[in-house]
Amino acid sequence: MALTQSDIDTEIDDLQTAYDKELAAGASARSHPARDYAPYRSSLLRHPHQPLVAVNGGDPETVELSGPVFGPTDITDIDNDLTRQHPGEPLGERITVSGRLLDRAGRPVRGQLVELWQANASGRYAHLRDQHPAPLDPNFTGVGRTLTDDEGRYTFTTIKPGAYPWRNHTNAWRPAHLHFSLFGTAFAQRLVTQMYFPNDPLFAYDPILRSVTDRAARERLVATYRHELSQPEFSLGYEWDIVLDGPSATWIEEGR
Amino acid sequence: MSQTPLPTPSHTVGPFYGYALPFPEGERIAPKGHPGQIVLHGRVYDGEGAPVPDAILEFWQAAPDGSLTGAPGSMRRDPVTGGHLGRNGTDFTGFGRVATDADGHYALHTLPPGNAGLPYISVCVFARGLLHHLFTRAYLRDGSDALLDSLPAARRATLVARPDENAAPRTYRFDIRLQGEDETVFLEFT
Repeated sequence: MALTQSDIDTEIDDLQTAYDKELAAGASARSHPARDYAPYRSSLLRHPHQPLVAVNGGDPETVELSGPVFGPTDITDIDNDLTRQHPGEPLGERITVSGRLLDRAGRPVRGQLVELWQANASGRYAHLRDQHPAPLDPNFTGVGRTLTDDEGRYTFTTIKPGAYPWRNHTNAWRPAHLHFSLFGTAFAQRLVTQMYFPNDPLFAYDPILRSVTDRAARERLVATYRHELSQPEFSLGYEWDIVLDGPSATWIEEGR
Repeated sequence: MSQTPLPTPSHTVGPFYGYALPFPEGERIAPKGHPGQIVLHGRVYDGEGAPVPDAILEFWQAAPDGSLTGAPGSMRRDPVTGGHLGRNGTDFTGFGRVATDADGHYALHTLPPGNAGLPYISVCVFARGLLHHLFTRAYLRDGSDALLDSLPAARRATLVARPDENAAPRTYRFDIRLQGEDETVFLEFT
């Protein structure tokens, strides 16, 4: 029998309680989700059972301490404006999303590729296998790219995506979100994540968001509405900073 | 000194990245027609041994001369049409990205990495169901290496690509098993 939201809620609550207890007992906070987060059913057959093997990042010959390089040939001028990639205007609420890409030392990560992808305003992806019966928008594909500037800042103009159903359990709905892909100065800093919008009533029900059991870490996935980022007569502004994790050797080193 | 910021949590790449992340020639790091080309290929499997059709792999490696500086131009864009131009055909960028096909298969066309020590290609695995990507390494031959030497023989074997005798010369087979028997060794950088 298909699992209900209430079955999933019970699992989510149990794992949240277990984490809160660990934290209260002095365990350190975990920013990243567990790989074996059972309420997200797709993780069950895809998480390693063996512990990860630690590689000491202190060795400068470690390939993963350097990273791919991107430059102006990898983007075009309008890649960061998802509302201008088709002849007509996409449907939906226009938004401006901007923030800084930082490393663990709080330094800006400059000149790096930021990729964004998302569903349209109706909650449907421009992907053949997305069969959610919501309309596709001929004027919106939902793909953006940009390079961070000298202060590590990125900016996108797009439309707010809709919530959509998925098949994790019966009546599963994902809160509206933007997918982000980020590179740092080391391959080991690579991050793929999702940005959410403030005050979404679906947060509590979503096993993907709740897989981040640390409450403060979960809040870091939610953008802040910034009126000063809103464009007059055009868009609503959201600010979202992104901090890349990674081996200490990549961020204690001076002068990078 | 400002407060040290805390990391942004990782999330899954999801099933619907196909129109956004893969790019033409993402699987061809070797410049066109390069006589030194090698092929690294294989399948990604889940805990039941089923192929994973919605994984995307990224590769990063040293150039044949050992340099780890990379080069821009992996995903060049056409400023006229807004579409993809592909790589410029001469530069070696060191970066590749390949989505698995319906049968969980990928193939990377590249040049032999010239890093110090045993040659290897760094692999990063993303997929629906993976809340945090997984790093591994495809070593192109076995030998003395700090990481390999720290592993028991069976686990060590999961990191060594095998010359593929059923395919063209300089073709290596590297399967990735996310879970279970023969589970690939996955890495964390400390």
